[in-house]
Amino acid sequence: MIPPKFDYVKARSADEALAALAEHGEDAKLLAGGHSLIPLLKLRLSSPSVLIDIGEIADLSYINDGGTHIAIGAATTHRTVAHSELLRAQVPLLAHATGQVGDPQVRNRGTIGGSIAHGDPASDQPAVLVAIDAVLVARSATGSQREIPAGEFFRSFLETALAPDEMLVEIRVPKIPGAGWSFQKFNRRAQDWAIVGVAAVLDGTSAGIGLVNMGGTPVRAKATEEALAGGASPAEAAAHAADGTDPPSDLNADPDYRCHLARVLVGRALHEARS
Amino acid sequence: MQREVTISVNGATRTDTVEPRLLLVHYLREQRRLTGTHIGCDTSNCGACTVLIDGLSAKSCTVLAVQADGHEVSTIEGLAGSDGSFHPVQEGFRQCHGLQCGYCTPGMIMASVGILADNPHPSESEIRMGLEGNICRCTGYQKIVEAVQWAAAHPQPQPAGQGG
Amino acid sequence: MSMVGTRVIRKEDPNLITGRGLFTDDVSIMGTTIMAFVRSTEAHADIVSVDLAEARALPGVLVVITVDDLETQELPGAFMRTVLAKDRVRFVGEPIAVVVAEDRYIAADAVELVQVTYRPLPLVITPVEALAVGAPLVQEALGTNVCFEVPWPQEQIDQVDRAFEAAPRQASTTFHSQRVHPVPMEPSAILADWGPDKLTVWASTQMPHGLRNCLSSFLGVPQHQCRVIQPDVGGGFGAKVQQYPELFLAPILSKRLGRPVKYVQTRTECFAIMCSGRDQHHEIDVAFDDDGHILGLRSLIHADLGAYPDLPNSFGMPTLTNWMSSGCYKIPAIVAGYKCVLTNKTPQSAYRGAGRPEASFLAERVVDLIADETGIDPAEVRLRNFIPTDEFPYKVPHAEVYYDSGNYPLSLHEALRLCDYENLKVERDRRNADASEKLMGIGFSTWVEIAAFGPRGALEGFGHIGSYESAQVKIQPDGTAIIATGASPHGQGTHTTLAMIAADELHMSIDNITVRSGDTDTTPQGVGTMGSRTAAIAGEATKQASIKVFQNACKIAAHMLEANPDDLECVDGLFQVKGVPSKTIPWSQVGWAGLSPTLLPDDIPAGCLESTVFAEPTGFTYPAGAYVCVVGIDRDTGHVEVEKFYSVDDCGTVINPLLAEGQVQGGIIQGIAQALFEEMVWDSAGQPLTTTLMDYLAPAASDVPSIIDGRTNTPTPHNSLGAKGIGESGTIGSTPAVVNAVVNALAQYGVKNIAMPISPQRVWRILNQAQGA
Repeated sequence: MIPPKFDYVKARSADEALAALAEHGEDAKLLAGGHSLIPLLKLRLSSPSVLIDIGEIADLSYINDGGTHIAIGAATTHRTVAHSELLRAQVPLLAHATGQVGDPQVRNRGTIGGSIAHGDPASDQPAVLVAIDAVLVARSATGSQREIPAGEFFRSFLETALAPDEMLVEIRVPKIPGAGWSFQKFNRRAQDWAIVGVAAVLDGTSAGIGLVNMGGTPVRAKATEEALAGGASPAEAAAHAADGTDPPSDLNADPDYRCHLARVLVGRALHEARS
Repeated sequence: MQREVTISVNGATRTDTVEPRLLLVHYLREQRRLTGTHIGCDTSNCGACTVLIDGLSAKSCTVLAVQADGHEVSTIEGLAGSDGSFHPVQEGFRQCHGLQCGYCTPGMIMASVGILADNPHPSESEIRMGLEGNICRCTGYQKIVEAVQWAAAHPQPQPAGQGG
Repeated sequence: MSMVGTRVIRKEDPNLITGRGLFTDDVSIMGTTIMAFVRSTEAHADIVSVDLAEARALPGVLVVITVDDLETQELPGAFMRTVLAKDRVRFVGEPIAVVVAEDRYIAADAVELVQVTYRPLPLVITPVEALAVGAPLVQEALGTNVCFEVPWPQEQIDQVDRAFEAAPRQASTTFHSQRVHPVPMEPSAILADWGPDKLTVWASTQMPHGLRNCLSSFLGVPQHQCRVIQPDVGGGFGAKVQQYPELFLAPILSKRLGRPVKYVQTRTECFAIMCSGRDQHHEIDVAFDDDGHILGLRSLIHADLGAYPDLPNSFGMPTLTNWMSSGCYKIPAIVAGYKCVLTNKTPQSAYRGAGRPEASFLAERVVDLIADETGIDPAEVRLRNFIPTDEFPYKVPHAEVYYDSGNYPLSLHEALRLCDYENLKVERDRRNADASEKLMGIGFSTWVEIAAFGPRGALEGFGHIGSYESAQVKIQPDGTAIIATGASPHGQGTHTTLAMIAADELHMSIDNITVRSGDTDTTPQGVGTMGSRTAAIAGEATKQASIKVFQNACKIAAHMLEANPDDLECVDGLFQVKGVPSKTIPWSQVGWAGLSPTLLPDDIPAGCLESTVFAEPTGFTYPAGAYVCVVGIDRDTGHVEVEKFYSVDDCGTVINPLLAEGQVQGGIIQGIAQALFEEMVWDSAGQPLTTTLMDYLAPAASDVPSIIDGRTNTPTPHNSLGAKGIGESGTIGSTPAVVNAVVNALAQYGVKNIAMPISPQRVWRILNQAQGA
């Protein structure tokens, strides 16, 4: 399988990348680790005329303590995120879930920003970011920068709030060192995407629960969160995990089964997060 | 639309002109003539093409050669010592019958090298999870797991054995 | 010390672990061009037009052709198929046109530029659809979608009917052994170089001699000018014995272009066009008594062969299933027959086990059905029905099939001991009564299969030139040995196995023996590696050739020692008079003398230290074994985990236990994968949904268990080694053990059967319905 022809620009800075993006517009695609894009190119399901490589931009690869939050550069690899002592201490849910992405080779090359910007609802990290109310920082060629709440970032299947001339540059995740958390991933082979996944943080009766692969975007299990806030037991609350979702159907699971899995896995996540 | 790349492969640095779409695995096999790295799928599921880039395991079918510009790539051909001694993982695969047809083997060995670099004494479960991205159709994996355990227990290079 | 029976590490490995293996795509000749296919996107359609102009105009493209550009259009070894689709396509992926370009990037671009327009036709995807009245016909000229049939013989029908009338109990069931793909890690590959004096082909094949003979006849090139080289092959599993279009097109286009032509299949293409296996639908009736004795069996198979059966293998699969449908049980009356059905899917053919996994599934599920109906322990039902150990050779009632030897109770008792069955049952009952625990099930498979293909006439029926295998032993002047064999291994470790056998007979260090295979110019005519035949048949050929050479070596050494050959022995490569180690002649001197006439006795000719033997076994062998699978089932998600798997194999004499374990473990994991993970799926429009390793769930190390191995040894009388063969046993035996374990775990919910693959969703539906009821 051979990618179609394209031109290639290796950006040395975020500004260079944004300038190239402005120049080539919608014909361009950003390339970070390439683990979402290159398979699509090889199957000829995507045919951009230019790839702008942001994989080696030093000022996009970092994990910094931002006081109330941790700031992660968009081109930081999954491996770096999963191994980060800072994240393990302050946002263990994200570090742990990132350690479940793909397989070791994918985690060594793939980046958190690439995974988020791809907007695949079957990916692990988007649901985590939605669950913990992360903020995504986008920058455009004009130099303007805006902060997008994770809950507003994912618009529909593989569609995000990023404008064509914008680039995701940073992911800001709130510090939640004391909160209970759990990540549940259900699949048939370890390397596969989740059939359904659950990312949960729990602080008393306040919960953030993100669902993987339960709709066109990563979604919050809002009914469960509200039930918990209203005093329901975890088991009662978990029964509402699939309320309002519109899960996909594929060879592994139909919507009924996905809804069931969401309830089971949310129940398990709440149980684990409490213990 | 050609680009110049300078890539170190097993310590030998060379500059080549490539199409941007050239996959690293094709660069290694066809321009560097290192055919030990194999291709087993189109979707980065099988891991037969696993190499190390700057010391970390990577699927070279899902990396463009231009992305490797300025980096160090290690392939199966660079693993044995210049005196012919086998890397402990190579010797482990031999001692434990960790290969049959041998097609997935270079990728399995490179992925295993990656596992042991992170974790010199992995449990069976850690080895199995560490190889989640590599498919072998012959062995059923049991003897591959034993091979990695063997390598963990014998971390020194092994003198070359009697050849086939 | 004897080598046979010891854990010798492989001679094959040093190349393969250092990246020095040579697979077909690794072979490089100056000027090599790349071939690629334009393949159908429709499952059944008339081809209205094929526009090649744009592709032909692309710089770097050398030739683009359709079937109309071929002199000979019919594809050998296939049922009503042309090398490229002619006027009509019958499955998604069927090659329509072929491109040759300067490199694989240009070839891929050119494929995209070929425009094909179709007029879609109604289609059939399942045998039920294909056999319906008025169903669309895959081959209109045939007038039916049944392409081959072995009906129930009237005599057997009558016998079985009488058995059923007299039987106190009976039961009926249906099974589907679903379509699964062999997934050799190296897909199909060929490099053809047709020069002025010779055609040389490197191919990823399981049978270089068979391919050579077929190419020679198809292309009209005499065999002395047609050389097939089998380099390292990245797995075959039965899918590299077929005559695929690429194997003929690459030579034809090489001749046309005057340049070497290479084709390397992608994984996506491999799923689309390489033959896949199984896909048998079974309808079963069984008669039995209250004590669990089986009294009669009716079996009718619908084999879904896809659009173009592979001849004659596709028809052979259900034949083998029929032969083995009584398993290791003494069943007095059996009637078995089958229909081969055409559908608009990828062609079906052999996959590891080839007809026998379907048979073991049938027999082992039927025995569990009887256990369930009678309430007798499934192990006990098996013991009551085993063919008694003193009744071998045993002829099955419904076919000319003679089991050579076996001790089935011994294997089962060993498995019961290994798994500690009594404690397992206690554990299972405790867990199944405790809602906080995973459900647990124990499944058996006491299987038997047919191997070492075969006695004279056996493989001839499958289109091969013979059923033998060959070995040539040649002592070199320095006293080392080169063995050339017609067998064509691709992972089995045959070079090591044959060297071990030769080392014992030549009394020579295994380090002084090299085995060569896979080159039709330099190895004796062979049949190939398939049907678990190599250790038993090529092993026997090697042994007999080595014995002949050693007898002559003794004569030479005796002449040099001035002794009687009968008084000699050879210890560690040194010939001496028995018990007199003071005067010895090393193999190096004997080897030199063998090619140096002045040193030979008068009655010994030069070249006497060479021997070629074609071994013809006197019968098939019947490896058997007892497997026990323990599964745990998540009550909430339906996820099935194989918690333990115990295997007791009996393949007769084991040449190399290390390699035998590898064969068994790999085979068992493939069988587990059929039970739990793998299935090729087509939608109702004939579009394949499992086209990559993302969708087709071949498991990785993280997804499967370790196997706990055991062994019994019941030698075969059909070769002097006593070896039965072990290449396919694991795959044949393991699948029903897993399914039996799952059914066992779910028995409390009234489950008597479950379809494969046993996905979590499937199990959840059962649990969900049971809880709703």
